[in-house]
Amino acid sequence: MTVTKGESTPQGADDEGDMTGGARGGAPVADDGYVPSERRLERERYKRARARRATAIAALSTLVTAAVLYLVVVDAPGWPRTKETFFSAQYAREAFPKVLEGLWLNVRLLLVCGAAVLILGMLIAVARTLRGPVFFPLRVLAAAYTDFFRGLPLIINLMIVVLGVPALRLQGVTVDPVLLGGTALTLTYSAYVAEVFRAGIESIHPSQRAAARSLGLTNRQALRHVVLPQAVRRQVPPLLNDLVSLQKDTGLVSIGGAVDAVRAADIIVGRSLNYTPYIVAGLVFVALTIPMTRFTDWVTARMDRQRAQGGSI
Amino acid sequence: MHPASRALRRAVAAATVALLATAVGCAPQPEDKASATPSGSAAKSCAKGELATRTSGKLTIATDEPAYEPWFKDDKPANGKGFESAVAYAVAKRLGYDTSAVLWQSVPFNKAFAPGVKTFDFDINQVSISTERKKAVDFSSGYYDVRQAVIALKGGKAAAAKSIADLKNLKLGAQVGTTSLDYITDVVKPKQEAAVYAKNDQAKSALKNGQVDAVVTDLPTAFYITAAEVTNAKIVGQFENQGGTPEQFGLVLDKGSALTSCVTGAVDALRKDGTLAKIEKQWLSDAVDAPVLK
Repeated sequence: MTVTKGESTPQGADDEGDMTGGARGGAPVADDGYVPSERRLERERYKRARARRATAIAALSTLVTAAVLYLVVVDAPGWPRTKETFFSAQYAREAFPKVLEGLWLNVRLLLVCGAAVLILGMLIAVARTLRGPVFFPLRVLAAAYTDFFRGLPLIINLMIVVLGVPALRLQGVTVDPVLLGGTALTLTYSAYVAEVFRAGIESIHPSQRAAARSLGLTNRQALRHVVLPQAVRRQVPPLLNDLVSLQKDTGLVSIGGAVDAVRAADIIVGRSLNYTPYIVAGLVFVALTIPMTRFTDWVTARMDRQRAQGGSI
Repeated sequence: MHPASRALRRAVAAATVALLATAVGCAPQPEDKASATPSGSAAKSCAKGELATRTSGKLTIATDEPAYEPWFKDDKPANGKGFESAVAYAVAKRLGYDTSAVLWQSVPFNKAFAPGVKTFDFDINQVSISTERKKAVDFSSGYYDVRQAVIALKGGKAAAAKSIADLKNLKLGAQVGTTSLDYITDVVKPKQEAAVYAKNDQAKSALKNGQVDAVVTDLPTAFYITAAEVTNAKIVGQFENQGGTPEQFGLVLDKGSALTSCVTGAVDALRKDGTLAKIEKQWLSDAVDAPVLK
């Protein structure tokens, strides 16, 4: 908010911070003897006035919007009951520790699956971009894998892996629903991430590979030292996007009976018929995602700066 | 002043006015102030077939989908077969609605107690009555006294359990939102965290796959599962009622519903004249003889 100090006289020196970030005008004495013209001062005054006006309008419209929303929600005939059902302090207090306990499972799954997904996704992407006729079957297999697991709904994938694999009664294969659920998550997400990597690898201009080969690097060396470093750097933002998405999907392993944050909320909701625990679980997830989002933004900005300085390779 | 910005300002002003008008003027029809206690005043008479139902002259009854045996048969609540279907029609008849005036609706458990206008008159879905839940919905009086039972695979770790203490070191499973789960956490208090499933179907799979040692369900369901679905499982035993009062299933109505007292009256009358006992005998015939775990 800016504070308007009434009408300032046209010649009055203006020592206020200038919101528009314009030139430092007003003071008629300067080292180089520069005296801003009357027209320039006038222009700056006009700009400042416009900026103040814009701020005032924005503030007013925000206030009006807030008031309208408040009235719509709080004046709604069902508000008292909605408040009791969704925003009950008592149930929030009860749910919070249980939800946090469940969240620990989400976080562990995120860390382990996240690492596995990156490695597996990279291997599949490289397999898909290998050149040479001898690798044809490998390319086809990798393509089939990504097509299948990207298309298969995650929830069905989880059902099959968590409830179907133990039914096979294979010796030495775990029946732990968390391990199985993590496997299913890794299968689906490595297909997503493989596509991200592949797009990255293919976005590197062929001249880079050609230049590397002409310097005497083998195909593998060119991939390892020239193409992949550039590709990975370019792919960081979409990869982090997939990571945030994976973090939320970890909760789906509760299909196998494991208690994650959302299922912990579910349990209390089912007993009490009060939805507040869902709100608590939702906010906890958001709180977990925000740092990751900020980190993503920071990485992106940093890379943009590097690229602007020509420090791309 | 540019004409463009003037037009914009006008538009903003108009939109603001419209919004405010919306906020103040077009509020949805207010709910009739729901009192916390169902009022059984004479004003709300329970005239047969003329209750203040959702659809006048019809009674809308909700249950979840799929509807499980032995409570319903063939996933068709409207066929009158299965314990809860039969109870629903008996209650409807008592209220003056014959079979043709009953409409069925599929409503998931979680949605049945959401605030807001209900789409049904009452919901019948094996919902146990509790004081905590009464804060969110109205219940009729209980139409079935339920007990919880433990199922395990024959020859498995839990099959030989004779007491609650024998269950402590096992991996137990139950469906979320059920009193079965409460029995695990509050009565058995096992050393391992219970496995919690969205549906009993998944709990059954987990039992077959050896992911849990035993599953807790209500007794009729346990009988049905062991008889028809997981035939290599058996009922290990049933729990005693906690705190002396029998756990009961009740019909779920909207909080402060005008029908609560009428529906409760109907259920009470059916209990009194033996209809409930008859229906129970017909559909849940042998659900009585399981050893009690102490």
